[in-house]
Amino acid sequence: MRLERHVGPALVAAAVAATAFVWATPFLWTLVASFRPESFGSAGMASLVPDFTPTLANFKLALESGDFGLYYVNTAIVVVGILAVQLVTISLAGYAFARLQFPGRDVLFYVFLLQLMLVPPVLIVPNLRTTVDLGLYDTLAGVMAPYFASAFGTFLMRQTFRGIPRDFEEAAAIDGAPWWAIVWHVLLPMARPGLIAFAIVSVTAHWNEFLWPLMVINDPTQHTLTIGLATFTKGAEGAKEWGVLAAGTLLVMAPLAVAFVAFQRRFVESFVFSGIKG
Amino acid sequence: MTVDAITTADVLDVATRPVRTVRRRRPRTWRLAWALMLPSLLCLAAFTYLPVLRVAIDALHMTPHGAGGITRFVGLENFARVLADPAFRQAALNNLVYAVGTVVPSVVLALAFALAVRRSTRFNAVVRTVLFFPSLVPLVAAASLFFFIFLPGLGLLDHYLAKLGMRGPNWIGDSDVALWSIVGLTVWKNAGYYMLFYIAGLQNVPRDHIEAATVDGANALQRLWYVILPALRPTTAFVVTIALIQMLTSVDHVVVLTKGGPSNATNLLLFYIFQEAHENFDAGKAAAATVISVAVLLVVSLGSLRTMEGGARREA
Repeated sequence: MRLERHVGPALVAAAVAATAFVWATPFLWTLVASFRPESFGSAGMASLVPDFTPTLANFKLALESGDFGLYYVNTAIVVVGILAVQLVTISLAGYAFARLQFPGRDVLFYVFLLQLMLVPPVLIVPNLRTTVDLGLYDTLAGVMAPYFASAFGTFLMRQTFRGIPRDFEEAAAIDGAPWWAIVWHVLLPMARPGLIAFAIVSVTAHWNEFLWPLMVINDPTQHTLTIGLATFTKGAEGAKEWGVLAAGTLLVMAPLAVAFVAFQRRFVESFVFSGIKG
Repeated sequence: MTVDAITTADVLDVATRPVRTVRRRRPRTWRLAWALMLPSLLCLAAFTYLPVLRVAIDALHMTPHGAGGITRFVGLENFARVLADPAFRQAALNNLVYAVGTVVPSVVLALAFALAVRRSTRFNAVVRTVLFFPSLVPLVAAASLFFFIFLPGLGLLDHYLAKLGMRGPNWIGDSDVALWSIVGLTVWKNAGYYMLFYIAGLQNVPRDHIEAATVDGANALQRLWYVILPALRPTTAFVVTIALIQMLTSVDHVVVLTKGGPSNATNLLLFYIFQEAHENFDAGKAAAATVISVAVLLVVSLGSLRTMEGGARREA
């Protein structure tokens, strides 16, 4: 009896540890391979054991053959641009849903809800035409435009605003503050957790996005990290430079990975809170 | 949406200026609300609603590629061309296999993971992080890594299989295997994400129900089947829905790893659309395939609309 009680959990723990190890191997390999000297040759490239003196040569090569500095800047512009506009649109619409009574509110609720399903990736074909019509083809603004409104963000802000007691606004209103001052000075500061959750989900989604930017962008100087990585992968593949490929991939993943390790709890809470990316 | 009658404006008027009245208050709230909605609505119109309309219209027309082409109405011809295209049929079938083949193991694994690491210990926290981490990585980056993992002979998979005295197939080069390699990549990438929802869901399973079942002599499997799983039904519905939506809306790994090949073995609906639009410049076919895709997506989403609406209303 006693033995049984200990063996079961031990087996589970062993199975869990083994699964976690399998799950981590692609990343372990990336780390090991990216610091492995090129002279190491192709034969043992797959080994997970770091039996060598680490070198930064692969990163140097990756940075030289891909224009990663430029890609970082472009991706940062896209991510920050989308988020900045979204924060304005979702705060305004979220406030209206949460605090104002007006005809058509129920209909609008469904208009927003449907966007949760009609996610932009399926609409790449008509959206590309719209982007061309607006003169945004081959610009970073064109990459950002479809995401300026966010149904998910709007619902998140609506919920967050509803969770704030009205007493604070009433006090400000009695002092004669207009609605925008109430939103700016009272509601938004108290809605910070919701805003942060949204920011994390939005930044992650757009940092990782690929297909839409690939369609909109043609000019190499406008490439984002994911497009850059895809092009770079083809090159490294042709030259059989696996260490360089690992280094390039690591460069693309690193910023989010570092942010995740630093703010793990926030990330996990945001993703659970959100459910839907974007 | 029940009445929540007391708006800020009401409070302001009632509390400080009771004389200025009902007549002017309503229109102002009304106009303000629509003004606040306007930026979002413009964007929703431009990039969600008009595109659906536009693609439906485009699907009924044909425009020869190149300058000076004249658009003409062709009725359902584009749909007929798409449905007759073996590549499209293959893509639709692949997408079905890919969706079922990915969602079932991902959800089962996600639940198993969640049950295994639900208690907050330091060990479990590390395991959760490891399992969740792939979902933070760009799908393109995952595909780049798996390119090496799947590499014949030298790759990570074959390297370690060889140590066990086994030989793997050509993971992404063999048309019988390639789609399952893509499935494997996707399960690896998504299972940890779905796990988060099950961990959250498990915290809401009433503890006394589980204890009651234990007292009644139910073993662990019986408790899981009769108590925990039924309580998790909303979580499962939600996870399955977002998983299915992902199956229709992300093909970055196909673009990087296989380009739909070999011989269309890994072609998926969205990749087919992308190819027709971006490589074959057949706007009519791309539009018709998009309409079909959107229809499938809406059907899939109807269930979720009910679930999510329920959630939103409970919140309200």
